[in-house]
Amino acid sequence: MGAEGIGAAVRRKEDFRFLTGRGNYTDDINRPGQTHAYFLRSQVAHATIGKIDTSKAAKAPGVVAIFTGADFAADGKGGLPCGWLVKNKDGSPMQEPPHPVLAQGKVRHVGDPIAVVIAETREQAKDAAELIDVQLTELPVVGTMADAVKPGAAKIHDGGNVCYDWHIGDKDACEAAFKKAFKVAKLDLVNNRLIPNAMEPRAAIGDFDRATGEYTLYTTSQNPHVIRLLMGAFVLQIPESRLRVVAPDVGGGFGSKIFHYAEEATVTWASAKVGRPIKWTCDRAESFMSDAHGRDHVSHAEMAMDKDGKFLALRVKTDANMGAYLSTFAPAVPTYLYATLLAGVYTTPVVYAEVRALFTNTVPVDAYRGAGRPEATFLLERLVDNCAAEMGMDRVEIRKRNFIPSDAFPYQTPVALQYDSGDYQATLASALKISDWAGFEARRAEAKKRGKLRGIGISTYLEACGIAPSAVVGSLGARAGLYECANIRVHPTGSVTVFTGCHSHGQGHETTYAQLVADRLGISIDQIEVSHGDTNKIPFGMGTYGSRSLAVGGTAIVKALDKIVDKAKKIAAHLLEASPADIELKDGKFVVAGTDKAKAFGEISLAAYVPHNYPIDTVEPGLEETAFYDPKNFTFPGGCHICEVEIDPDTGVTKVVKFTAVDDVGRVVNPMIVEGQVHGGLAQGIGQALLETCVYDGNGQLRSGSYMDYTMPRADDLPSFDVATQSTLCTHNPLGVKGVGEVGAIGSPPAVINAVVDALRETGVRHIDMPATPAKIWALLNSGRRAAAE
Amino acid sequence: MPKVSLTVNGRTVSAEVEGRTLLVQLLREKLGLTGTHVGCDTSQCGACVVHIDGKSVKSCTVLAVATDGANVTTIEGLANGNELHPMQAAFKEHHGLQCGFCTPGMVMSAVDLAKRNSNPSEHEVREWLEGNICRCTGYHNIVKAVQAGAKAMAGAKAAAD
Repeated sequence: MGAEGIGAAVRRKEDFRFLTGRGNYTDDINRPGQTHAYFLRSQVAHATIGKIDTSKAAKAPGVVAIFTGADFAADGKGGLPCGWLVKNKDGSPMQEPPHPVLAQGKVRHVGDPIAVVIAETREQAKDAAELIDVQLTELPVVGTMADAVKPGAAKIHDGGNVCYDWHIGDKDACEAAFKKAFKVAKLDLVNNRLIPNAMEPRAAIGDFDRATGEYTLYTTSQNPHVIRLLMGAFVLQIPESRLRVVAPDVGGGFGSKIFHYAEEATVTWASAKVGRPIKWTCDRAESFMSDAHGRDHVSHAEMAMDKDGKFLALRVKTDANMGAYLSTFAPAVPTYLYATLLAGVYTTPVVYAEVRALFTNTVPVDAYRGAGRPEATFLLERLVDNCAAEMGMDRVEIRKRNFIPSDAFPYQTPVALQYDSGDYQATLASALKISDWAGFEARRAEAKKRGKLRGIGISTYLEACGIAPSAVVGSLGARAGLYECANIRVHPTGSVTVFTGCHSHGQGHETTYAQLVADRLGISIDQIEVSHGDTNKIPFGMGTYGSRSLAVGGTAIVKALDKIVDKAKKIAAHLLEASPADIELKDGKFVVAGTDKAKAFGEISLAAYVPHNYPIDTVEPGLEETAFYDPKNFTFPGGCHICEVEIDPDTGVTKVVKFTAVDDVGRVVNPMIVEGQVHGGLAQGIGQALLETCVYDGNGQLRSGSYMDYTMPRADDLPSFDVATQSTLCTHNPLGVKGVGEVGAIGSPPAVINAVVDALRETGVRHIDMPATPAKIWALLNSGRRAAAE
Repeated sequence: MPKVSLTVNGRTVSAEVEGRTLLVQLLREKLGLTGTHVGCDTSQCGACVVHIDGKSVKSCTVLAVATDGANVTTIEGLANGNELHPMQAAFKEHHGLQCGFCTPGMVMSAVDLAKRNSNPSEHEVREWLEGNICRCTGYHNIVKAVQAGAKAMAGAKAAAD
């Protein structure tokens, strides 16, 4: 590796602008003549809409226009589309109810947008919205999944409250295996609902150009091309050639900025109606009730074991909350991103999972960092601890005994996936060593002297990312391909612009991608700019989520670089009077093998654009190449997380005192960025385990609707982390990379809860649902409610 | 509408504002200083931290009219041209930022800590940053950056003295 190439901890190119306040986020953009939008949202969870009287509001100062769902309908515009079709057990399609941009006929959750007010200032729009009179007739509220399936429950949609009833695996083989079981471990658990909370609230500016008939949408998106496709083709019927979507600097996404939201379509459509740009920026309170939420599963799991503690079969039943409408990729999360991961790192030969997706009067639920994989990992790694307890075996030993051996790859699981590489014993051994697992009992005894309950927990996890082979996801119901696009433009002077369809909202692509190019072409990263986030600059792209930016987007860059180098060699061969086959690219120079005859990269690029002495009969002028890459398989990062906690029995407060993560993320391009990604994931995983949860009351009112109610992890809630990588290479992409964006959030929650349960074990506690708050732990320890937790 | 005059990043500015206008709105909307961010509406997240007369303050909790005559420094006023302030440089060196949205508030808050405590412990940094939320970094590298930045600021001050 060079000082700036693959493997170097290069400091980030993007940092200067962020550190000096020169970032360019959507809310920082202002368009000439701009107006401001404010959305009137439902304050009740379920009601029919009667008359909407906007007459007073329309006369309020500064008001330009007011639109409701009826205006969208009258204009023949569509609803928000769902990008994934899941089929029921009997092969019939899932229930896919309409998702109007602005509510039509009914409101279905607190926060459902009813009307939009467009005014000269944001404050005027907000003031006017208070003057709109909406007649709502409240309906019974389906607040929880249990409510959704009660006989006689109110129907949120005409087709009822079940979205789909899906399954995967061999049910008969599973039942047969359970009949042979020596022992069975069982567990009921909840995967708590989370609110993603990227620090930048969502924002959108719609800007219709009356001269050209072109629309521009500036938006806080992880995937501007996907928004262009969904909004242009399905909602507003605007051809791609007339619709530009720009996602400039975006302040974090974590999944919540993948989806196409109502506000984007509204400001785009309405900007043509009012003939002026329209800006909307979300309040945090609005974002709590309008950003798609994450997780929210209730599951029952059983593992059958033989007399040696080998897993024979896993049986899982899960209810997954979809919220009130289907968000863009919601149906895929509790199915193909969840149940396919239930084999984990183990040789369990039979897995059978049933998943029911239910509608409730809550905000839609969709992918949030990890998306399905944290839910699968939490279930499996909690259950494996129970397996150890059931068998009277050591927690580490039962894992080792069931690991897929390192020589068994490629490994076909019973739930569709084929893992390409991994070494679970190696990541386990490394984590045990770094965490000083062997010395734990002495630390527990020492803590006990101080009156603290200390526990240690482990999770050996795996995830599937680098999504995804288009044909595979297509066969599973995806309505999009999941390839990626890169365009490399070598300029005459030899500087390079990389255009990628992926999108950086914290991941550091401007640095990592530049390293790929620097490594290959031998030029400085200062000469390389990475451009993303504008559909007018980049041919196409599927965006950034599912830890795909390097495995898929990076590979597209490598493929484009292959073409650049191939063409440059032909030009160099001509200039050096040699055969292209004899040209080598070394340290930024094209060299005739075995000679000192060479041309610098800049000389070749100049020749490409000033083709005086040039192989013009066989090689086109210019040096710019585009590549699309469709991955051959998912990638499978994995590893071992070990958490140590201390609980104060007087207060119930849990402190994470030590956290070790050893992850196999494939080849590491920038170790500094990789560690940072793991740190951030761990904070979200520990947040889920100990602090964060979304709470609705029985009337569908969101109780955790601000930072005073929803516990975001703060600096003093977390420890410093011991993070290491112990990688095997991905076998099916040229870089050998697997992805790192989600591992921290996937591996950590069960490690934390396993540690909490370990700390409480001697008091009889066998399980605690997330988040393990002080109140919950104190109650378990002090009010004789232990039995309830078992 | 009331008129306010104040110094922002060394420049005297004046503007007409509504009584309800917040300092952060004055900075972002009237003065075009969009480096100061708004991440919440309950004064919890700290993305809007600026210095008023040298002390870190959440600019979403201050009415613009209350800053008449004040000396305000925002993230745009910290670097010396293209030369980063030691705290900014430490954030870059230690990868203390990812998406960059909480970063301006985080840096401004850290600078105030470093002025009060040139060698803060990990515990002291974590307690100080309780009012600045970051969703990306898990704080690990922010803590390292703040400690290194505080040392660098003390070193630069000693050299100047």
